Amino acid sequence: MTRIPRRTGLGLALLVLTAPAGWSQDNAEPTAVEPTAAETAAAPEAGAGSGTEATPASGDPNIVAVSEEDGRYFTADGIPTYNIAADGTVDWPTYSGFRRYHAECHVCHGPDGEGSSYAPALKHSAVRLDYYDFYGIVAGGRQNVDAGHTNVMPAFGTNANVMCYLDDIYVYLKARGTEALPRGRPAQREDKSDAIAEAENGCLGT
Amino acid sequence: MRRSLLMSATILVGGTAPALANDELMGLMDDPKQWVIQTGDYANTRFSELDQINRENVGDLQVAWTFSTGVLRGHEGGPLVVGNMMYVHTPFPNMVYALDLSDEGKIVWKYEPQQDPNVIAVMCCDTVNRGVAYANNTVFMHQADTTVVALDAMTGEVKWSVKNGDPAKGETNTATVLPVKDMIIVGISGGEYGVRGHVTAYDMATGEQRWRAYSTGPDAEMLVDPQATTHLGEPIGADSSLNSWEGDQWQIGGGTTWGWYSYDPELDLIYYGTGNPSTWNPSQRPGDNKWSMTLMARDPDDGMAKWFYQKTPHDEWDYDGVNENILVDQEIDGQMRPLLVNFDRNGFAYTMDRATGELLIAEKYDPAVNWATEVNMDPNSDQYGRPQVVAEFSTRAQGEDTNTTGICPAALGSKDQQPASFSPRTGLFYVPTNHVCMDYEPFRVSYTAGQPYVGATLSMYPAPDSHGGMGNFIAWDARTGEIKWSLPEQFSVWSGALSTAGDVVFYGTLEGYLKAVDAETGEELYRFKTPSGVIGNVMTYEHEGKQYVAVLSGVGGWAGIGLAAGLTNPNEGLGAVGGYASLSQYTALGGQLTVFTLPD
Repeated sequence: MTRIPRRTGLGLALLVLTAPAGWSQDNAEPTAVEPTAAETAAAPEAGAGSGTEATPASGDPNIVAVSEEDGRYFTADGIPTYNIAADGTVDWPTYSGFRRYHAECHVCHGPDGEGSSYAPALKHSAVRLDYYDFYGIVAGGRQNVDAGHTNVMPAFGTNANVMCYLDDIYVYLKARGTEALPRGRPAQREDKSDAIAEAENGCLGT
Repeated sequence: MRRSLLMSATILVGGTAPALANDELMGLMDDPKQWVIQTGDYANTRFSELDQINRENVGDLQVAWTFSTGVLRGHEGGPLVVGNMMYVHTPFPNMVYALDLSDEGKIVWKYEPQQDPNVIAVMCCDTVNRGVAYANNTVFMHQADTTVVALDAMTGEVKWSVKNGDPAKGETNTATVLPVKDMIIVGISGGEYGVRGHVTAYDMATGEQRWRAYSTGPDAEMLVDPQATTHLGEPIGADSSLNSWEGDQWQIGGGTTWGWYSYDPELDLIYYGTGNPSTWNPSQRPGDNKWSMTLMARDPDDGMAKWFYQKTPHDEWDYDGVNENILVDQEIDGQMRPLLVNFDRNGFAYTMDRATGELLIAEKYDPAVNWATEVNMDPNSDQYGRPQVVAEFSTRAQGEDTNTTGICPAALGSKDQQPASFSPRTGLFYVPTNHVCMDYEPFRVSYTAGQPYVGATLSMYPAPDSHGGMGNFIAWDARTGEIKWSLPEQFSVWSGALSTAGDVVFYGTLEGYLKAVDAETGEELYRFKTPSGVIGNVMTYEHEGKQYVAVLSGVGGWAGIGLAAGLTNPNEGLGAVGGYASLSQYTALGGQLTVFTLPD
């Protein structure tokens, strides 16, 4: 496994910032990945200048990244989330999600998760919906057809181009929904980790 | 003379022979008081001889009456008028209303098919439908789920129906059909699902399939003759499509046929274009990908191809080649020629000899177009007829996982399907256009039947260093390949144009305006804001001595999806975000027909 050089520092910063909200204890739950709260609590010097300061939803436990593994970031509940540094550098999954969203979702839901005349703004859905509900709708589809609506969301469960990247799309839309990430192509990104590349190949069967 | 439906029906009772049916239909097309197929006429001119509304009085135009379709989706196409009946269609669920114009628009009948809503899920870019066609006392509708249905024009009763495709494979329909002789010609959508494009002829009276011509694959399935079918005057040769793909990629290679169809009764040829090759990632499908992106001329009797012209070999930008082909006779270099004029998505306007398929002129109809410098016009060059691609804007040359920036036009093209109009009085074409550029990043995708097969990320933004808007409405001279005038528009112009003998040109805008401009100068003479954005096509008819102009409102389609939230330019930095107009600030969903006339 290749470690991203800034990984530890970022993890520390996030945890220090979120600690006052009372989440440090919960971070020790099995869903959390290293570095653990106990480790990070001893390293306060990493706090200043962290990217989470730019995130409007920085106190929201559904948003805030408290742990990182192989370039992926997670909330205290182990739910995937984004991570954006102070200089605007986004994590690889958020960047990947930007690409995949605009290939698979854009034709109905409009650019940048903003919604369209045809389908709702997913940047709000990703924040509003529980992660597992979001996952279920993408995999299984959804229908709202009556006298006033003809909304049909396809089931993407068998579509590797969507399902292999669904966490990426999810964290990208979360970043859009909180406006932590502005519209358009992210200017800077972390590199793809070997673990992510390996998982991608396995999922796509390439 | 005012035709009534009764008279038309009487003629038909005695006339079952194909030739008679065709004569009857062409007679109706020649009567400017009626509008019997979506394009107005076989030549796709969208020109009307009616001149009661003219450039002197069009400023007095008023709304005569309106009609809500009951559907809130993108409304493309437009109504037909046959005798005293108007036929209005809707997007999914593809209802058809027959309104009696002699009885205050009373609904004589209504057709509402039962379609599996799952088809919506495989329709790329909204549930639009570009309308019904009339022939032989029958109204023909090609539904979203690819059911082609023939409705009795008097009663709405279903005469026959046939399934043209399989939505489980991503085959859907958005196009109208073209009645020719005793057949209807029918296309297919689904280029973003790896659908293998085809055109099919069905017997008008029974729905029996006469022939089907695929866009890709073996010669026999494409209905080509390797020696007799030509490309720029040369035989296409054996296995022309198979040789231009890797392996069996042609089977999921796109080349769908969802655009407009035209017909020349004298040459007895139908004309249409094929769409993009699948996927949008060019690196995954090396070769010219024949015959995607191709203008096709076929014999309607057996479907055999007379000539092809591939406008964008090996597409790298999603420039579907399906736009309408307008058939006109004009003088070029002192010689009258049978012309075919095509405003392609790729930003070039092609003037061709429609009898031979000779390429006469290919010029950019938006100065922003930059992906190619020119189309090679030297018959002795191995590049003859090919666009000269600029490496900087080649998504193939830049490669997979590279974001190629600043490409003009964007994937929606300098013009999408919204049809242009030609006025024989001015000799000019009136063209609704997009003025949008893009960044395009292709990447590897895998194919799953019935699932999107796209493989590229796009960002679109108004053409840089221009007027800041996303569209223009232009007048074009196809004899010289020059823009005569150009009206900047805030949004892409996604409405089909209408020109008339009153020297007025009409078009709709995405904000919802119906606009009338002077056919000579482009000067705006009238505008009225309808309830929703206009992506429908303007038509005109005469009833009880009065001329009317009608258009469907109902924002949607690619325009509603791409522009609802406004565009951003990632190349201008974060400060520019939100700097462009959002369509959602100007209009909302609707579904309404608005009919205009002059006050008494």
